[in-house]
Amino acid sequence: MKRLLPFLVFVALCGLLGFGIWWNTHHETNEVPSPLIGKTAPEFTLPLLYEPQKSLSRKELLGQPYLLNVFGSWCPTCQDEHPFLMREGKTLGVRLIGLDWKDQPDAAKRWLQQFGNPYETIIADENGHAGIDFGVYGAPETFLIDAQGIIRYKRIGVLTPEVIATELKPQIAAVGGTHGVMSP
Amino acid sequence: MRQLIGALLIGLASHAFAIDPLPFKDRAEEVRFQHLAKELRCLVCQNQDLADSEADLAKDLRKQVFDLMREGKSDAEIKTYLVSRYNDFVLYDPPVKAGTWLLWFGPGALVLVGAGALVAILRKRSRQVAQVESEEDW
Repeated sequence: MKRLLPFLVFVALCGLLGFGIWWNTHHETNEVPSPLIGKTAPEFTLPLLYEPQKSLSRKELLGQPYLLNVFGSWCPTCQDEHPFLMREGKTLGVRLIGLDWKDQPDAAKRWLQQFGNPYETIIADENGHAGIDFGVYGAPETFLIDAQGIIRYKRIGVLTPEVIATELKPQIAAVGGTHGVMSP
Repeated sequence: MRQLIGALLIGLASHAFAIDPLPFKDRAEEVRFQHLAKELRCLVCQNQDLADSEADLAKDLRKQVFDLMREGKSDAEIKTYLVSRYNDFVLYDPPVKAGTWLLWFGPGALVLVGAGALVAILRKRSRQVAQVESEEDW
């Protein structure tokens, strides 16, 4: 047993290094977990992209769960995500609100005209302040906010069909989207 | 050739100062800002601090830090502001708390374990050597 000790220590070290490799390949290393989950969404009042004289605020969205999808016409990964939102956005059972982040309204409109508009409403955060309040650091990011205005889930990166099926939909069901348990 | 190098150097120098010039009212404010920005991490290019990063979001965050300074917020308040949005990750020095004990004290603990093992092994050896010498079996 004594003679085996160095060997066992060596095996333990190999195990640790192996775990490190596994962890790095099965884990998004750039992902910063949001401290906002379980907290009230930050206040915002932002102009609508298509009717800039009108605005939408956090309070007006209370009462129903909604998805807030942060995108920008300058963001290539958002373009990767776009077809999935076009295909599945209407079937999610929650309102899909777009947050056009750090973008020129005209560029955003052109982008949406070209690729389609999956959003029920789009708010424009031209200077990016609302994005900072939401802790956004790289579009696309998606927040699920419940009827009480609390952030329940955040996705950093593309909402792929797998993520939608395995993560987003169960979360939507949990906050009572129309496809989940309906609360009166 | 010399002129070319000179031109290149000037180009580099202007580049280094091109990072959004903020309207500092005096040197002290600028020093405070730079010190703070060095302690904050750029979230887009995660191995750069906020002071060095050219990322667009880093510019916005520098502006935000500057505005908060102008509002009279303390360094601690500014850090709290960013941590509440971007997590402890935004700080280069993670705070000492239950979740970061391993990070802060793990290396020290490992050194202690290693030193302990070393001392134990050396003692045992010296005992063995002493034993061998006293028996003079060689």
